[in-house]
Amino acid sequence: MKLSLADLLFYAVAVATLTTAAYAVFTRNIVRAVFSLLGTFFGMAILYGMLSADFVAVVQVLVYVGGILVLLLFAVMLTANIESARLSSPAAGWSWGLLAAVATGIILLPLALEAPWLQRELDVAGPGTATIGRSLLGNMLLPFEAVSVVLLGVVIGAVVVARLRRGGQDGEVQR
Amino acid sequence: MHSIYQAIEQLSLGPWGRDILFALAVLVVAAAVFMVALTIAGVLVWVERRVAGRVQSRIGPNRVGPIGILQWLADGLKLFMKEDLIPECADRPLYRLAPYLLMVGVFGAFAAVPFGQALIAADLNVGILYILAVTSLSAVGILMSGWASNNKWSLLGGIRSAAQIVSYEVPAALGVLSVVLLAGTLQMNGTEMAPGIIRSQGGWPWQWYIFHNPFALVAFFVYFTAAVAEGNRTPFDLPEAESELVAGFNTEYSGMRFAGFFLAEFANVYLMSAVATTLFFGGWQVPGLTPAEMQSSPWLQLLGLAVFVAKAGVGCFVVVWIRWTFPRLRVDQLMGLCYRYLIPIGFACLLGNAAYLLLVPAGSLADNVVHWATAAFGLLVLALFFWRVGYHLRRSGERLDLDLLARGRRGPFEPRWQHRAWGAHRRQAAKEA
Repeated sequence: MKLSLADLLFYAVAVATLTTAAYAVFTRNIVRAVFSLLGTFFGMAILYGMLSADFVAVVQVLVYVGGILVLLLFAVMLTANIESARLSSPAAGWSWGLLAAVATGIILLPLALEAPWLQRELDVAGPGTATIGRSLLGNMLLPFEAVSVVLLGVVIGAVVVARLRRGGQDGEVQR
Repeated sequence: MHSIYQAIEQLSLGPWGRDILFALAVLVVAAAVFMVALTIAGVLVWVERRVAGRVQSRIGPNRVGPIGILQWLADGLKLFMKEDLIPECADRPLYRLAPYLLMVGVFGAFAAVPFGQALIAADLNVGILYILAVTSLSAVGILMSGWASNNKWSLLGGIRSAAQIVSYEVPAALGVLSVVLLAGTLQMNGTEMAPGIIRSQGGWPWQWYIFHNPFALVAFFVYFTAAVAEGNRTPFDLPEAESELVAGFNTEYSGMRFAGFFLAEFANVYLMSAVATTLFFGGWQVPGLTPAEMQSSPWLQLLGLAVFVAKAGVGCFVVVWIRWTFPRLRVDQLMGLCYRYLIPIGFACLLGNAAYLLLVPAGSLADNVVHWATAAFGLLVLALFFWRVGYHLRRSGERLDLDLLARGRRGPFEPRWQHRAWGAHRRQAAKEA
């Protein structure tokens, strides 16, 4: 197999993605764990970009880095005494974690080895948005709408939860 | 960028030579974009200080270079030579990394800014979405700097800032989405066959998307307000509110790292103006010329660049002007403005634009009449504004005369019937002095 610059780049990005993901799992500093997820999300975006899935790459950054990571950071930073909390990977979790990893591996490994991977040269600037848009509003309309209903439920639930806590004995901040 | 790739493709090198050459070209283009963005940010620092001086009836920096235009270089040199302090209990790696993240978030977005028809580093298929995505990286950088500084003001500033950016991203995206709906593409420039956002507008005001229909006009204001808030600019500068939080998330930073934060903020001002220019004001389109005509001549290309820079410059001036005019909002007002006003208005604009596209056939007489009427309305409001400002300036004189106020004479905004006597007051004051 001939190695090209793109292959090297792929391996570099893949290693960086896996390293930051591993750091997020194994570190005992929970804030750093969240920040290292930044590398994971970004690495995945680059991988999507290299697969010429420009829309997915950009949405990956927009949703995961701009939204989910910031929300995780909020959750971590607004929790009291987060510096002293050492929540990450307590010893009791190891055995179960290992079991789950092995079980997933048993399912995924044969798939990865046997799958007929796409071997053709990828189109460099193939437009992905039009295809995605057509399928979201065409064949995939029902799942798309179902997801939006789920999200609506989540939004309403979040508002209700926030309301309940504000009405409690903490008292509402008067404007 | 695409043309460079094609040129390299034709050189008939081996796959390695081609790839390495292309990688080098990417690096050179990236460095060029970074340099341009840095220079723009530096000059904007000077513009901000000069305009602030003018607004506050003082002079502002005017010593370094003609009218002080090289002040930013002197400032940069000073910051470069300062000691890079890191607080004792800071989280050192995160503390060091944070300014870079913020800079990547802002300067990275310049790769998709269409300065001209050919002057765009990467005319991505998802251009405008890319800009929205990359700038969201700056929220993480700000949170990181706030956390890593180990300082309560920094942390509060960082959290406030991130909350603000995440909240105002929604109305900004809604404003952008209105234009995406009108253009039917996310690409900035596009080609003759598949026009991007700029190419599907025109040079004249009534061909711009801001005057496409009344909803687009409102969408512009939603976008612009949200963009100013996302950039942490006054009146939305709670994250760095000097009177409450010292300097917010960058309190502990000094030297070049502070300069990084500072330049990123000003580059962001230009970025939001450039995006507004692209989306709403026709970008580099020159009135009376079609893109196909401009393509042939490098001089017309430069003219397009000048048009773009001029439009974005006006946007930057307005942002600076807003900063020195309005007082800061409270936190609850800030969030109320976003969630109670901008987001519902943004959604209404989106629906309005969609309904407009559905009901009014593109290119029909009604469509053109709406363009014309909206443009006429917008320009009329602008003319009225300038007339009114001119009226006040004529009436009160350009400067607020504190000396006269201190002596118990009337201030500049005296009742109408004393208008004529104002000149006499002044002359008398001059005589007394």
